[in-house]
Amino acid sequence: MSDNKIDSDSLRIKIIESISKQKRKTVTVLSSLLAVQDSFHYIPDEAIEEIAKTCKVTINDVWSVASFYTNFRFTPPGEKTLDVCWGPSCHINGAQKLITQAHELLDIQGEGESEDNKVTLRYSTCLGACAQSPVFAIDHKMYGKLNKDKVNSIVNTLKN
Amino acid sequence: MTDNYKILQEKSQDYIKKIYDDKIVIKVQTGTSGQAVGADEILKSLKNKSNININILEVGSMGLMYLEPILVVVLPSKDKIFYAHVNESLANKIYDHYSNNKSILKENAFAYESNNNLDIDIPKISELPQFSKQLRIATRNFGEITPGDIFQYINSGGYQAVNKALFEMSPDNVVDEVKNSGLRGRGGAAFPTGLKWSFLAPSKAPVKYVLCNCEEGDPGAYNDKGILETDPHTLVEGLILNGYATNSNKSYVFIRQGHDIPIKAIERAIQESYDNGLLGNNILGSDFSFDMEVSLTGDSYVAGEETALMEAIEGKRSTPRFKPPFPAASGLWKKPTNINNVKTISYVPEIIKNGSDWFKSTGTEKSTGTAIVCLSGHINRPGMYEIPMGMTIEDVLEDIGGGSSSKTEIKMLQTGGPLGGVLGKEGFTTKIDFDEMAKAGAILGSGGIIVCDESVSVVDLIRNLVAFNQFESCGKCFPCRLGNTHMYDVLERLCNSSSKPNDLELLERIGKSMKIGSLCGHGQLGYNPISSSLKYFQNEINDSINNKLKPLEKMLTPTRTRPNNLE
Repeated sequence: MSDNKIDSDSLRIKIIESISKQKRKTVTVLSSLLAVQDSFHYIPDEAIEEIAKTCKVTINDVWSVASFYTNFRFTPPGEKTLDVCWGPSCHINGAQKLITQAHELLDIQGEGESEDNKVTLRYSTCLGACAQSPVFAIDHKMYGKLNKDKVNSIVNTLKN
Repeated sequence: MTDNYKILQEKSQDYIKKIYDDKIVIKVQTGTSGQAVGADEILKSLKNKSNININILEVGSMGLMYLEPILVVVLPSKDKIFYAHVNESLANKIYDHYSNNKSILKENAFAYESNNNLDIDIPKISELPQFSKQLRIATRNFGEITPGDIFQYINSGGYQAVNKALFEMSPDNVVDEVKNSGLRGRGGAAFPTGLKWSFLAPSKAPVKYVLCNCEEGDPGAYNDKGILETDPHTLVEGLILNGYATNSNKSYVFIRQGHDIPIKAIERAIQESYDNGLLGNNILGSDFSFDMEVSLTGDSYVAGEETALMEAIEGKRSTPRFKPPFPAASGLWKKPTNINNVKTISYVPEIIKNGSDWFKSTGTEKSTGTAIVCLSGHINRPGMYEIPMGMTIEDVLEDIGGGSSSKTEIKMLQTGGPLGGVLGKEGFTTKIDFDEMAKAGAILGSGGIIVCDESVSVVDLIRNLVAFNQFESCGKCFPCRLGNTHMYDVLERLCNSSSKPNDLELLERIGKSMKIGSLCGHGQLGYNPISSSLKYFQNEINDSINNKLKPLEKMLTPTRTRPNNLE
């Protein structure tokens, strides 16, 4: 038996735990996917199978939901996730320049991971702190009223 | 008053005494917006201090977000001093000052509240137009109480409406009261709320749901999440009333995963309501039983559409359903269902407590009550404000917003989210009112107002909105899925000076197909940003059609995540 198989088995046990220990009463395909994403920060293949079993639906049904919502990802993200907001309030306050700056600092094009896999950069349609725009967030913690210097300092902390 | 409620009131009085009596209370305003500028660190730092005469209380934002982080010192005399732009070292200085002194620390104080005139050269909070011109009904507790703390909520009059409805009113009375109040849906469609409830109420089905929509995807609007994270009990109370009026069994509060602060606050509120007999079986000892649960969704803007939302609660892809059947006949899990926006529900407790005539006395004839607006962009005082309906946009921008924050004047506003409209200067005399705003081409919608100065190009703004719409189209109806992508391509041409002569007609044609060929508002209203911009900025748009404007850079927009390990 290969190491991969053992890894997959132990991963499966953890997945089953996160699916069965949801704290809200109503359990659905979506709620289970969200629970897995919350614990693992991505949806492993094993999770798709386990959710199908738990919810008594096909693997296709689970994929259909998983591929629809844009927050689900299917490979592990970087250690930290940087959300950059491109909503209109941030946009008119110069977000595009700051996003370009983050791209350059992290050497990432568009959305994706830095080469050392330390950081994932994601576009966000709105982070909900428009009064403090432009806004970025690192692992859900917001940073508002950004300018060139602030972006430099928060992105550089991510790199170390 | 029932005994059960009386006991709760007494409990909360004792609870409040412990916080305030003979103590100085420092309130730290947190929340999503406060967090973005460091309020959490301040709270943490102050909580580590240990003067027994000072209590630290976490409260939600009072809406004056441009001044955040805000600290409010409540003196034993109940006088309050408001501090703006506080950082950790100033917070510590404020704490140490009040530990040792009876005088008032002036540094960064921007206002005070007192029954007397204090001898300090800062204004009373009631003298600030951005505060005094508001009328706070749904947001009455903003900045005052700890989000989700039931005893603080009850002490400020909370759950009186539930107590009144359950023991003095029939469900029909509650529906009639809401009908008579003239309350209309604050989620965008402005449908009369009482009428909507009356569709569900007569159904004798054993299981009925009332849903609350907090899937606030509109960029520029944060008032739904604002209510959830600042005063979630107002929503819980409103939903109990909604459930009682329509004889429903269960409520789901629907919100996107990742908005941790509002989710935490509403879950605390729901739990404390269960713990104190305000949710669950036989609420306050009455015959009425009602359950409530938070339902999370993934990232999808269309999930905010009422039938797509039901699909999401059922755990499926959030795409809209065909109507009919309408939700009141067959909604969530095919059961009769009612759905309202957070803001709409948040008015209900005060309407029941004070009566519909009281509510109606504010606002205009067809748009009663208040509007909760979120100002952002090039404005001096970005924040969340509750203003009486009927105030003109000009007054909102000047008196509340403090005018343009840049060297140039305000050129236009973007209102009602990305499916809403663009409003030019000629439209600023419009009253904040559902029908007046619609006439001017800019829907009030969810209340987001993004202010743009003269540096913003109108085609750049529309491009941003349409980019959002194309990214968020759920894909079910192809006129929307394809149309938005097509419109975005055309706008990209307009922005980089490579447009073709018939591009405007092309946009109009696509918009028309989307309007007739889409199931929900996302496609039907997708042309709104363009049609409303043409109303006010025909010349500027013509210039870009004729490639006379300086080309803009290509916009950085996201691509949809696709499964990449399908094998």
